Amino acid sequence: MKYKDYYELLGVARDANAADIKKAYRKLAQKHHPDVSKETGAEEKFKDIAEAYATLKDEKKRAAYDRLGRHSPGQDFQPPPDWGGADGHGFRFEDIDLSDLFAGLGGRGGAGGGQAMSMPGEDFEVTARIPIEDAATGTLVELNLSVPEYDAGGRLSRTPRSFKARIPKGATHGQRLRLRGKGGKGFNGGRDGDLFLNVELAPHALFRPAGHDLYIDLPLAPWEAALGAAVAVPTLAGPVSLKVPAGTTAGQKLRLSKRGLPRPEGEPGDLYAIAQVVVPPELTDRERELFKELADGSKFDPRAHFHTEKADAN
Amino acid sequence: MRTDADESAWMSDHSRVSLAELAALSGLTDTMLIELVECGALAPLEIGGNPWTFSARCVVTVRKAGRLRNDFELDANALAVAMSFLERIRELEDQLHAARAQIPRRFR
Repeated sequence: MKYKDYYELLGVARDANAADIKKAYRKLAQKHHPDVSKETGAEEKFKDIAEAYATLKDEKKRAAYDRLGRHSPGQDFQPPPDWGGADGHGFRFEDIDLSDLFAGLGGRGGAGGGQAMSMPGEDFEVTARIPIEDAATGTLVELNLSVPEYDAGGRLSRTPRSFKARIPKGATHGQRLRLRGKGGKGFNGGRDGDLFLNVELAPHALFRPAGHDLYIDLPLAPWEAALGAAVAVPTLAGPVSLKVPAGTTAGQKLRLSKRGLPRPEGEPGDLYAIAQVVVPPELTDRERELFKELADGSKFDPRAHFHTEKADAN
Repeated sequence: MRTDADESAWMSDHSRVSLAELAALSGLTDTMLIELVECGALAPLEIGGNPWTFSARCVVTVRKAGRLRNDFELDANALAVAMSFLERIRELEDQLHAARAQIPRRFR
């Protein structure tokens, strides 16, 4: 079992009173709570802080923790032979995490003594990153979790679990899927927990999702934008021909109806091609000649509004 | 290795959850959830409907609210304010994500 210095985690002295411990916890929780903070590793930091607070705020657990003695954080250790927890019952320390040891003290059933009561299994939340193509068709993802579960005696221990979960067709970025009963096992007749799968779509070379709509950049040559053209545009189901109207400007969105991601219910999203007018990186002599001819012959002023707005301002 | 293909549901407006289910999923009591409805922080699908049902979309926010209540020892009023901020953040993140999707790749 690895030692964690709960006092150090909360940044308080070993003789700190309950009010100071609570104050330190709240300050750190506001900074690191995973539902509040976006910093990397916030969840892990908060787990440590919450674990420290859960033990130190409880007089009996704090006394039992103090009886473990002082060790270096991360150091392997065994509790003293006469250490019996808060209520004098014996413990087995193999494969037990320090947090599990203290979670077991006082009221979870067998480990803490007292009458066994039913406890629901823990709900798990995991993120699965999948390619956009898989979201369109549905997919099977493999999940590897290390989860706290109660054994037959009501004692918590970490159990590696690996299973496959089907993400049905209709997913998009940020959507949550609930897999009923696939979380932690309930104890003593308690319901099994649920698994909440947070779907993330992996960045794609072409498509960018917004809900069930997709966006794609559509590079156009100046003459295609000016004269109009029929161009092949990739979609999730293969290329389709898109009619680009004459006079298309950069940034204009051209909609391909129902070519986005399928929804669980109703019509699929749309695919929007965003026009980008691009020029050849290097002009051939002939291209230069033609552009020069166009420049000389055209009366088009793309900045005409500059003059109008200046006049209006006066 | 098991394949858990059944019993899955999207947390969207197309699925519903009961008050009891929402309580079990969030760790909040029925009384606390009723207070949140009275504060306007949570809305049943049919006002006056009996029993209440809620869009499964709210499950994620209510679960967060349950964690915040436990971790910060919030009362119903503070929880209602927190939930309105959570919902606002979710909407803004959705809008930001949609706006970023429209920015051409070469400008990102």
